[in-house]
Amino acid sequence: MLIFEQSKAGRRATAQAPLSKADISDIPEQFRRKQAAALPEVSEMQAVRHYTRLSQKNFSIDTHFYPLGSCTMKHNPRGSNELAMLPGFLSRHPEAPDDHSQGFLACMHDLQEILKEVAGMKEVSLSPAAGAQGEFAGVAMIKAYHDARGDTERNEILVPDAAHGTNPASAVMCGYKVREIPTGDDGDVDLEALREVVGPQTAGIMLTNPSTLGVFDRKIEAIAALVHEAGGLLYYDGANLNAILGKVRPGDMGFDVIHMNLHKTFSTPHGGGGPGAGPVGVSERLVPYLPVPMVAKDGDAFRWVFEEDCPDTIGRLSAFAGNAGILLRAYIYARMIGREGMARIAEYSTLNANYMNKLLQEAGFEAAYPDRRATHEFIITLRKQAKELGVNTMDFAKRLLDYGFHAPTTYFPLLVPECLLIEPTETEDKASLDGFIEAMKQIQQEAETDAEKVKGAPYTLPVRRLDDVRAARELDLRWTPAENA
Amino acid sequence: MSNAPSELKYTKSHEWIRDEGDGTVTIGITEHAQELLGDLVFVELPEEGASVESGSECAVVESVKAASDVYSPVTGEVSAVNEALSDAPETVNEDAFGDGWLFKVTLNDSAELDDLLDADAYTEVMESEDH
Repeated sequence: MLIFEQSKAGRRATAQAPLSKADISDIPEQFRRKQAAALPEVSEMQAVRHYTRLSQKNFSIDTHFYPLGSCTMKHNPRGSNELAMLPGFLSRHPEAPDDHSQGFLACMHDLQEILKEVAGMKEVSLSPAAGAQGEFAGVAMIKAYHDARGDTERNEILVPDAAHGTNPASAVMCGYKVREIPTGDDGDVDLEALREVVGPQTAGIMLTNPSTLGVFDRKIEAIAALVHEAGGLLYYDGANLNAILGKVRPGDMGFDVIHMNLHKTFSTPHGGGGPGAGPVGVSERLVPYLPVPMVAKDGDAFRWVFEEDCPDTIGRLSAFAGNAGILLRAYIYARMIGREGMARIAEYSTLNANYMNKLLQEAGFEAAYPDRRATHEFIITLRKQAKELGVNTMDFAKRLLDYGFHAPTTYFPLLVPECLLIEPTETEDKASLDGFIEAMKQIQQEAETDAEKVKGAPYTLPVRRLDDVRAARELDLRWTPAENA
Repeated sequence: MSNAPSELKYTKSHEWIRDEGDGTVTIGITEHAQELLGDLVFVELPEEGASVESGSECAVVESVKAASDVYSPVTGEVSAVNEALSDAPETVNEDAFGDGWLFKVTLNDSAELDDLLDADAYTEVMESEDH
């Protein structure tokens, strides 16, 4: 039931009600609303119960194992949250002068330094407010670089077919044509196909490594050499950075620009669309084009750096400096983990994925890339189950919910039919992983003996199988009072 | 395995092409393609009168699983689009080779049709994907 439907005229929650009527005399008449907003009128008790019940329906990382591949959903340490909520941070005004913000600026400067080292890049700007904006900034810098050299004939960005959909979208937003590169049967980029299409029209290539297929592209140095020889630049999509943190640096692989999803790898809350943080790091030749503002250190003092100091910057991507609260949480997380901890993230996330991959294969599930070592995530395909038993990936995913596990990513990457992309992350213990594997075995057994049961799942959640087709065809997002309906 | 009517031509990217015999062709996505995509919820079609180039993206079909580009199999000018799909994208699922057609193109060069796959060759494409 919506909170609007519990509304009765005259009811109010005193604690939340405004103490006095706001003065609106300075708002011009034509901008004032003629009708009162349709706000729910409920008591404090009703409001408390309503939102508590809603939160109990939430199937989240705080309550359940959440192996959502391609989008690291790991535990967000409460410590990061507590420290980022210190009054000095919360009450800081973004336009406060630098000498009133030295603590915050010091954190941001340190975070820039940490990310530079993690990525193997020359400089970092924290300002992009999410992964997609980081991508946009990265491609915009590639364009600025070529333009500055008068190299304006380059109009193509190469994107492997295994890429996240945001990659071609970002390239198009920056005015480039996208050329797709096929993936070989082993999961690596098809080097021969790349050789054929790379040329004087190539502005750059956008790569995710490890890729969305859950494998590390072993030919990355050859790819980098090919693209660089043709005068193009290499863009690193940091979506899967979790797998290589502290082990391999994108800068050492030959990348010129990277965006990092702090809201994934550096464990700040995300999901449901934000907020995010997608800092960009660049190699030497792209430094002049970094988005502003950034933080510089002069002696012992920190200060914002704006357009005046960076005349060739691609400009600003958001008001002020991106999502400051998310950046702070990432900084605190990085400091808690420490330099040695970074490598442990990669080790445990990879170990967990390979453990599950192996045990699921032993249980009879088909791995998409059985000959490859998994990175922090891996893919199994349920095409046999779909074909022979009539039970598809979505049915397995829904049934997993009944067993107390959030479903992994389904039907992505598109290259693998009927796939589950499973990413356990480093924050899960062996018991959770074993529990998930056991559930998969049981669902397999159910699929063989009682397919209808699996196809009807879930049974134990607040809602049953939703009509996702109708939801997409008949979008209904706004509540309207019955009398106006 | 989905069927592939023998009177149609095909592409590796799962479009079908019917030669109308008057210099125009009708284009849609195959039964196999709609099966892979699942229930369609949105179809974006080219503008009537737009020029399309063989191999270029010119329409989008979106299902609950994925959004997928449709590539024009031929070069020419869009002479008609299936307006009915904007209200009823499910027609593509129900009748991919018939009422679920996407758009028609007036060909620049009808010899282009010779380069397209016939039903047997397309059946092989489907089988190789299924191995």
